[in-house]
Amino acid sequence: MTLTQQDIDQEIAAERAAYDKRVADGAPVEHHPRRAYAPYRSSVLRHPKQPLVTIDTSKDPEMVELHSPAFGERDITEIDSDLTRQHTGEPIGERITVSGRLLDRHGRPVRGQLIEIWQANSAGRYAHRREQHDAPLDPNFTGVGRTLTDADGRYRFTTIQPGPYPWRNHVGAWRPAHIHFSVFGTAFAQRLVTQMYFPNDPLFPYDPILQSVTDEAARQRLVATYDHSLSVPEFSLGYHWDIVLDGPAATWTEEGR
Amino acid sequence: MTIIDTADPDQVLPTPSHTVGPFYGYALPFPGGEEVAPLGHPDTITVHGRVLDGAGDPLPDALIELWGPRPDGTVPRVDGSLRRDPATGGHLGRNGVEFTGWGRSQTDAGGHWYARTLRPGARGRNAPYLGVCVFARGLLVHLFTRIYLPGDDAALAADPLLARVGDRRDTLIAGAEPDGTYRFDIRLQGEGETVFLEFQ
Ligand SMILES: [Fe+3]
Repeated sequence: MTLTQQDIDQEIAAERAAYDKRVADGAPVEHHPRRAYAPYRSSVLRHPKQPLVTIDTSKDPEMVELHSPAFGERDITEIDSDLTRQHTGEPIGERITVSGRLLDRHGRPVRGQLIEIWQANSAGRYAHRREQHDAPLDPNFTGVGRTLTDADGRYRFTTIQPGPYPWRNHVGAWRPAHIHFSVFGTAFAQRLVTQMYFPNDPLFPYDPILQSVTDEAARQRLVATYDHSLSVPEFSLGYHWDIVLDGPAATWTEEGR
Repeated sequence: MTIIDTADPDQVLPTPSHTVGPFYGYALPFPGGEEVAPLGHPDTITVHGRVLDGAGDPLPDALIELWGPRPDGTVPRVDGSLRRDPATGGHLGRNGVEFTGWGRSQTDAGGHWYARTLRPGARGRNAPYLGVCVFARGLLVHLFTRIYLPGDDAALAADPLLARVGDRRDTLIAGAEPDGTYRFDIRLQGEGETVFLEFQ
């Protein structure tokens, strides 16, 4: 049976209604997707069915997951945060500046940590061997960046506005334009991989990956804000996107333990 | 709104997780990601296994991160896992001397991954283990688990997590193979499903 957008729309609506009912019945707000989210078909065989085993980190300050791997100046080069300067020529597309702060649940900045990004080019094509979409590659754009957060937890990338791209979840499936982010916190337990979207994308309601975040306010937190003060005159448009890590923060205690 | 006012705790809410998707392969893996142990270190172990879905099929597009302490139980605060070459922008690889404790492996077309790292030491009341984070296409939120090493039955029996999970504990204990090699399959769903963890 061919799966249409209408089929997926109905499943998305049903998941949303089920979530609204849970919350109305007193269940907590869900900040993250459920791993079992059938409208995203790849999730069906790839989520655990047993409940996760909860670990109370306050009872065991020794656990290694309360510490994070360290990254430093050796792990990046100066232009890794500028994806428009990694080749000899200029990439095609609209230049953008993406910046924000990396924070923990207490609003404290996460300093000196690694942020990695990857994205499609302006035509919606990844520089990836398995990518079948026949949009053109850009010889001057790979779409990979890295940076370390500064003393305020701030990061900043210069890149190209990625294009939307089709995928094979269902007939007519298109991903809204997005940048993938991989982020470390002060504790391994805060690890986050996610995607940043752009304001007012008409594809939002059709995309089962974005809609897997069933809570409306949580979904909004994945959408960057246009920020004119970040736009660089004669050069780029600015987007502001703060990231808040979930999970227990490290205790910030001693070195080497 | 994604400009967060940290003075207002009601605004400081978690950024939702999303799947790593299928196309991270040219971005996240790096040369030497799975070679965490310093060259020739006597406490080097190899851990490896497959990542399997609910139908028992291997995942060719999963990414595994390992994070563990030194053999004496202390936690490294050492950078340099993904040392870069400022001239070419490429990767230099690890320096073969320092131990960062952190590694990243991707599964191959057969769903198989491996890493060489140092045998973790015990911390607190826990039996020695490696922390694991699993990412994959189709997985909307990564999964944490642990690799406990077999051998010290008393330490394993006293481990607080292993004591809690009953007969599922075997999914957390690697199988011993010759020459310091340990097998650890990760089953995302179904029979023998690996115990996955949520830290609070
Ligand atoms: Fe993508």
